Amino acid sequence: MSTLDKSDVEKIAFLARLGVDEQDIPEYATNLSNILEMVEQLNSVDTDDVKPMAHPLDAVQRLRADVVTESNDRENLQSHAPQVEQGLYLVPRVVE
Amino acid sequence: MHNKTIAELSAGLKSGEFSSVELTQSYLDRINSLDKQINSFITVTPDLALEQAKQADEQRAAGNVGILNGIPLAQKDIFCTKDVKTSCGSKMLDPFISPYNATTINKFNDTGAVMLGKTNMDEFAMGSSNETSWYGPVKNPWQQESVPGGSSGGSAAAVAARLAPAATGTDTGGSIRQPASFCGITGLKPTYGRVSRYGMIAFASSLDQAGPMTRTAEDAALMLNVMAGLDPRDSTSVDEPVPDYTASLNDSMAGLKIGLPKEYFSEGLDDAVAKVIESAVKEYEKMGAVIKEISLPTSNLAVPTYYIIAPSECSSNLSRMDGVRYGYRCDDPEDLNDLYIRSRGEGFGAEVKRRILVGTYALSEGFYDAYYVKAQKTRRLITNDFNQAFADVDVIMGPAAPSTAFKIGELTDDPITMYLSDIYTIAVNLAGLPGMSVPAGFVNDMPVGLQLIGKHFAESKLLNIAHQFQQATDWHTQAPAAFK
Repeated sequence: MSTLDKSDVEKIAFLARLGVDEQDIPEYATNLSNILEMVEQLNSVDTDDVKPMAHPLDAVQRLRADVVTESNDRENLQSHAPQVEQGLYLVPRVVE
Repeated sequence: MHNKTIAELSAGLKSGEFSSVELTQSYLDRINSLDKQINSFITVTPDLALEQAKQADEQRAAGNVGILNGIPLAQKDIFCTKDVKTSCGSKMLDPFISPYNATTINKFNDTGAVMLGKTNMDEFAMGSSNETSWYGPVKNPWQQESVPGGSSGGSAAAVAARLAPAATGTDTGGSIRQPASFCGITGLKPTYGRVSRYGMIAFASSLDQAGPMTRTAEDAALMLNVMAGLDPRDSTSVDEPVPDYTASLNDSMAGLKIGLPKEYFSEGLDDAVAKVIESAVKEYEKMGAVIKEISLPTSNLAVPTYYIIAPSECSSNLSRMDGVRYGYRCDDPEDLNDLYIRSRGEGFGAEVKRRILVGTYALSEGFYDAYYVKAQKTRRLITNDFNQAFADVDVIMGPAAPSTAFKIGELTDDPITMYLSDIYTIAVNLAGLPGMSVPAGFVNDMPVGLQLIGKHFAESKLLNIAHQFQQATDWHTQAPAAFK
């Protein structure tokens, strides 16, 4: 079921917007197939009546009052960005 | 001075035997002369450390201070530290100077502790050997051809080599306990939510937890006293009272019910490691504890369950590393996709990519129920096993890792065997339980750690159990020959 080939890896890598070197793709395909084979052990377990567990203590999201607690720290935060101008993060042109 | 525990150093500061500036300088000198052998630090912060030490000395002169005041510590490079590089072991964050402090860092600062620097780690905490760090592997101080374990390998090695009295670590699948075992130190992973994750770079958010890495259980208690507690900035931190973790260290072991899961002593466990663990358990029998064989029947599901949940959450968390707001950006991107693809492709190493790919696949359309939801269900079965076991016993014991430290390069081509080195620690994260590794002996001069697993929020109990072992044995006081 889950043996992945080169085109699968390329497709997944694009979904993740993750550059993968052409020469490494066969190895990733093997690694990923092996990992998926390992996790297939889970299919031997009947879990039909088991509720999925999202949080180890089954806690629910804590809510707080909707009040402003942070001050504007834009200049400090943007000083770490690769490229900014006038308070905006710059990326290559998206719309021609 | 470098063989003293936090408790002893704190007494020395209090009595005026030495100042924090003197103490800090002596550790900086050791790091400077010895760390090139083991590569345990990514960044050393001597100026900041000496400034903090000077302040600590002034605070002490002015009045009452906490026990950690003036004590130098090493921080894992996963914790954001304001104005200091926070790389998470990755080229992706090599340019990242954090604009703020993690809550854990703020808490140590508030109590007057000193930061010596930031320790090496597997890239984004993904690894069991410290070999995935962009800054090169850390070497095990006991035998430098061996790995220190991971992902908190730099912290474990630094503490074992006496380059810091104690350090912080984080543990998603064993990343505090396995390196503590490999390096012969004491490591505690608290209950999920006990310590704030704010400013701790996320790997798998439903599993990640920070904890102390020290030489003694008493020191771990002193560190946890500072680290634990509710944080309004981390919505998963838990609103449970924080006890004084040193208060019950001396409680008796008489009548303590210890469960030994038969699955943790079966195939896959090194025979010599098994013998060390068995004699550690005998030590507890001498102290009046009662041993009971138990079963955790879903133990074999822990590794596969983890390798769905952790990569899925990692692929989601690491999507924030996009080359736009901080961190590494590729040169001359052609368009926006090219910017994302190349920045991430050039910024991440092989193991991180592997996990992002697995997680992306598991979460992709059509596979979500078959993988992620399925793993969340088996996660509950694993947790139920523990809950059932804890109806009969107070603590579960076993090995922290199936072997002693393996050699650098030995498992790098074999990800799945590497994953299996966390076979005894991973289930504890899935169930959100507290766990410890305590030095319990040696095999061929390499340390072996005894793992203690407790009920949710039973950190005091675990520290008590570990402390009593350390009163009866001296494994935890032994130092690697090159770093005595």
